[in-house]
Amino acid sequence: MTEIIVVTSGKGGVGKTTSSASLAVGLARRGKKVAVIDFDVGLRNLDLIMGCERRVVYDFVNVIQGECTLKQALIKDKRIDTLYVLAASQTRDKDALSKEGVERVLSELAEDGFDYVICDSPAGIEKGASLAMYFADRAIVVVNPEVSSVRDSDRILGLLASKTRRAEQGGSGVEQHLLLTRYNPERVANGDMMGVNDVKEILGIEVLGVIPESAGVLTASNSGVPVILDEASDAGQAYADAVARLCGEERPMRFVDAQKKGLLARIFGS
Amino acid sequence: MGLFDLFRSRPKNTASVAAERLRIIVMQERSADGRGSPDYLPMMRREILEVIRKYVNVDPEAIDIHVTREGEGEVLELSVALPEKTSPPVAG
Repeated sequence: MTEIIVVTSGKGGVGKTTSSASLAVGLARRGKKVAVIDFDVGLRNLDLIMGCERRVVYDFVNVIQGECTLKQALIKDKRIDTLYVLAASQTRDKDALSKEGVERVLSELAEDGFDYVICDSPAGIEKGASLAMYFADRAIVVVNPEVSSVRDSDRILGLLASKTRRAEQGGSGVEQHLLLTRYNPERVANGDMMGVNDVKEILGIEVLGVIPESAGVLTASNSGVPVILDEASDAGQAYADAVARLCGEERPMRFVDAQKKGLLARIFGS
Repeated sequence: MGLFDLFRSRPKNTASVAAERLRIIVMQERSADGRGSPDYLPMMRREILEVIRKYVNVDPEAIDIHVTREGEGEVLELSVALPEKTSPPVAG
């Protein structure tokens, strides 16, 4: 049974691609067969974050338009055997993706025995974003603890509840999770940033994980290594926890409380 | 925070301001697109305002709606800032 997971947010720059890459790697590292698809046609970036940009020959749109086979377009990850990347096209044609085409690719992945398909949504609520979510079984809504991101996430929750195949079929709908990124526990403690409980209460859905703001995220993207593979970084560990929860394991939330400062640091400031 | 920060006036807790503003806007937008709870809220707000204006000439801006969560339930709090000198009710 293939599970289709959309990673979405509404607002741009909150960490969708970073999260898609790390979740895909995390699931694949657990032995699952995973494909991660970039739906951001015209603004391809997942390939860079995954570190396979020089190996892109065919892309998602080529497959949909029948210019190559799915096998030719899937880029096998060099680190993990069971992980494949499908790059977005750099075409400027906004209508390059079609619902039928996306459905065909997803069902072919299911036939090939993939356990998970991660759909990395573009920002906004245009065609790419709505197609990325349409076939999803689960949605991971990436949100920063910041007013515009939270508001946009709520718009996305509205679309997930109405404009998806599962919503149209009735029944239980798309399972929804929040993934808080760029979380800064010190600023939360100072009252300068909304906390995980504020965001959870406002949006009313469960939190899959809290990823702390971390220098590791930038260094990971600089070198094309998803941050989950940087086991020394707090963000990498937080993504590993989120993947474990996605697989049904219980993990306590880490990195949500501010580090206690020593007496000297408190007197002299940091 | 260092020693000298103690003597500065603490700014308002902006995180709670953000959370409060979002609670209201999210509730309004959810009711506008027919999701979740009370879609009667905007209409109720208008009607309450009309009733108040029968007796006191308040500015529509003087009405403030807060939704807070207490335990399992939500509390709707509506506060109206009355004008300093009570104006006579609007005729008609």
